[in-house]
Amino acid sequence: MTSSEAGRFDAIVIGGGHNGLACAAALGRTGRKVLVLEAADRLGGAAGTHEFAPGFRVSSLAHILNRLHPEMVAGLDLRKHGLALSAGAIPSVALSSAGDPLVLDGAYGERLDGTIDAADRSGWSELRSLLFRQAGILKPFLSRRPPDLGAMSLGQASLLGSAALSLRRLGKEEMREFLRMVLMNVADVLDEHVGDDRLKGLVAFDATLGAHLGPRSPTSLLGLYYRLAGEVAGVTGAQALPKGGMGAVAAALARAAEAAGCKLRPSAVVGRIMVEKGRACGVTLDDGEEIRARTVVSAINPVTTFLDLVGPRHVDTGFVRRLGHIRMKGDAAKLHLALDAPPRFAGLAEEAHRGRLVIAPSVDHVEKAFNPAKYGAYSPEPVMEITLPSLGDPSLAPAGACVLSAVVQFAPYALKQGWEAGKPKFLAAIMAVLECHAPGIGRSVQHAELLTPADIEARFRMPGGHWHHGEMQVDQMLMNRPVHGADGYDTPLDGLFLAGAGSHPGGGISGAPGWNAAKRVVEVRG
Amino acid sequence: MIASVPGRELNPRLALQDHWRAMRRETPFHSRLAALDFRNDWYSWAGCKAPLSLWDEELEYFAIRSQAALIDISPMVKYRIEGPDAETYCERVFVRNVAKLRPGRVHYTAWCDDEGHVLDDGTLFRLAETRFRLCCQERHLPWLLDSAIGFDVTVADETEAVAGLALQGPTSCALLKDAGFAGIERLKPFDLAFFPHEGGTVTISRTGFTGDLGYELFVEAADALSLWDRLWEAGQLRGIRAIGYTALNRARIEAGFIVANADFVTAEHAIRADRVRMPDEIGLGWLVDPGKPHFNGRRAILEARRRRSLGHVLVGLEIEGNVPAEHALVYHAKKKEVGLVSAAIWSPMAKRNIAIASLQRPYGDTRKDDLWVEIYALREGQYMKLMKRATVVPRPFVKLDRRTATPPADA
Repeated sequence: MTSSEAGRFDAIVIGGGHNGLACAAALGRTGRKVLVLEAADRLGGAAGTHEFAPGFRVSSLAHILNRLHPEMVAGLDLRKHGLALSAGAIPSVALSSAGDPLVLDGAYGERLDGTIDAADRSGWSELRSLLFRQAGILKPFLSRRPPDLGAMSLGQASLLGSAALSLRRLGKEEMREFLRMVLMNVADVLDEHVGDDRLKGLVAFDATLGAHLGPRSPTSLLGLYYRLAGEVAGVTGAQALPKGGMGAVAAALARAAEAAGCKLRPSAVVGRIMVEKGRACGVTLDDGEEIRARTVVSAINPVTTFLDLVGPRHVDTGFVRRLGHIRMKGDAAKLHLALDAPPRFAGLAEEAHRGRLVIAPSVDHVEKAFNPAKYGAYSPEPVMEITLPSLGDPSLAPAGACVLSAVVQFAPYALKQGWEAGKPKFLAAIMAVLECHAPGIGRSVQHAELLTPADIEARFRMPGGHWHHGEMQVDQMLMNRPVHGADGYDTPLDGLFLAGAGSHPGGGISGAPGWNAAKRVVEVRG
Repeated sequence: MIASVPGRELNPRLALQDHWRAMRRETPFHSRLAALDFRNDWYSWAGCKAPLSLWDEELEYFAIRSQAALIDISPMVKYRIEGPDAETYCERVFVRNVAKLRPGRVHYTAWCDDEGHVLDDGTLFRLAETRFRLCCQERHLPWLLDSAIGFDVTVADETEAVAGLALQGPTSCALLKDAGFAGIERLKPFDLAFFPHEGGTVTISRTGFTGDLGYELFVEAADALSLWDRLWEAGQLRGIRAIGYTALNRARIEAGFIVANADFVTAEHAIRADRVRMPDEIGLGWLVDPGKPHFNGRRAILEARRRRSLGHVLVGLEIEGNVPAEHALVYHAKKKEVGLVSAAIWSPMAKRNIAIASLQRPYGDTRKDDLWVEIYALREGQYMKLMKRATVVPRPFVKLDRRTATPPADA
């Protein structure tokens, strides 16, 4: 069956998640006729908002913005298309079961509110500015297309040159310090500068969030650099909640795409990418409909793209081998609670409840939470980051009620006992931790929804339930993301490009992979 | 046998390919070879004990060219490729068009890694619509299994399970007829057919590594000795002789055939980055079919052709004089080093001094003039250093009408 749409499109974007939409919108603005195909019945993918209990809506997976690509926000006029953030940056709060919480105000702890000794205050201030300077070196690499090792263009060479220059500008001492630290683990770095367990626990949590790493695993500091290379509204290291949940970001992107002339088709499941003589030439939908286009962009998982949609017969054996080696097993779960009333966390001022609340009392605590994950068991005392989005955005919950959204670690995808058996037990472990910090919270739960990596895999079509579509570790970054041969948004097939979080720079609600992929398509006249 | 270490399970993939457990394995024909052996001149062929020569290198060579030479080819690595996707699988692995290979036919082929570098060459037997046998020099099971991801196909190493014999020479067809393989004379070059033997089956193909009239026979290892005896008995008046590799090697050089890891380095064996070769660099460019469905290395090969970045060329050389130029350096204008001879003999059939050499392009490709080889001939404690003119000539060096005549003449 050939669709009436045959010949009408220059480019097809597979996957209507935020990266797919960003890519489509950017391509649409170049005058290309673009069709976005989304398998789910609505757009947004993991950047969605859904109702999980009557009257209760929540960000489906990602719930905090900290790295939305500024070039894309401006380039697509996202504010004009309805993107609205919580007023000002929200603080991070290191909760403590024993004593007072510590509030990191401003952009990633510009100010510390709470009792903390003077030495740690100045130690943190030094460490924070050091980390910001170093993340700044990596920032250009984490926003643009990674360099080609084979044939480097002038632009890429000048990018590398400018990075070298910024290293030089740091001075000899700082350059040496950066090269010493860049592959260190976050725990050792923290030990060098601060002593406060709450502060160290929070930073250790942030560095390992979404990764199969403990704070003492080598290279765990990289995750923190990645976090601090992001910015919100021009403020590096800041974070914000989108009004209306993460779905509002996807909606703004969708409006930008439509304004650019893109056609958006939800409930369209791509079954195959059609290949003729080494060139992608369109897609076949599950129902047999064929849609042809000169360019196909896949903003879904890279392994799914090549093994399921393209098929191994169109790519080389070594490439298939490399795809099989991508480490892509999620360790994070998502918890949604529908609460009768806003919870009260012990010792926390009312206003601070609107921040990002982190339960990671110490580095040891995070490390111990990670340990069982190595052997296929969940953390008996999980660590988590919590938001109460309905406090700032009452549209998300019925009057007087409250939504709790939490990212919880560690919940290994390949749980030995299986998630069917493990899920209720893991939920109980999470609730026990929450009860300890917010006594009485258990009694006010009307409904709880826990998404394990197995659920995330099924609901969002993310193999391994990994929401970055591949571990964000040093061996899977830059020109090794997702693998050699499909790096820099190109693929072994002419006319086929990648644009998802599986590509550089990676996961998080940034839109950078999609935005950069569109630039690449334009660059090679795809 | 090397015992596995107690308490340590062998990687299941290694267990699928456990030839390394036995050192110098004896082939199913070993007792017959040993009974005929006067030289005790064994070497290791793919881990098996195989003869370089059994009685006389010169006469063994002439058995190929004027009688019927029997060669134990059991050490050759063999894979069974079977399943509904066997053809599409083979298309993806091999550079040559497999759809054109009909059941009952054999073709010579090669396969490459992603970078287009040759992993090996070999013969692909299409035993049935969905069943193939691959014969080659090196082991490739991990590569072949990884290539099977996404295909409904099974790939298994059958090197030890299947015994092989090559029967080569002008009397080979008559001998097989005498041995009761009725209809063997109807096989054209690269045909194969099945014949009953001892309640089982022997697969006979009109193939070989000599450039002569000849056949290759494959049976289950259990039927190996009875097949040998059947040929040996029928061959008494046809001049059957068992021979070793040295004689075979001469015949193959005359036929212009190349040997993996002798005339070129296979991609998985190369340690130095510049030693790998694309098909076009070892004379196998003609196998590559850019119009067929995708195959490993296609992109890289076509890109290299487009960019003219192919660095080497494999050529046949005729060298003045009669001293074999084995491993001699090749020069342009007697000065500039441009390559190396990988195999060379004085050809008894062609009565020419012949060689196979790898040269750096453009030499041997667009510049074929003024080529020289420097031969060091060790003569009683002294090197005779010879600078001899070399001319690029087509392969094969020896072309025999009887190789292709069907039916073959009764000799």
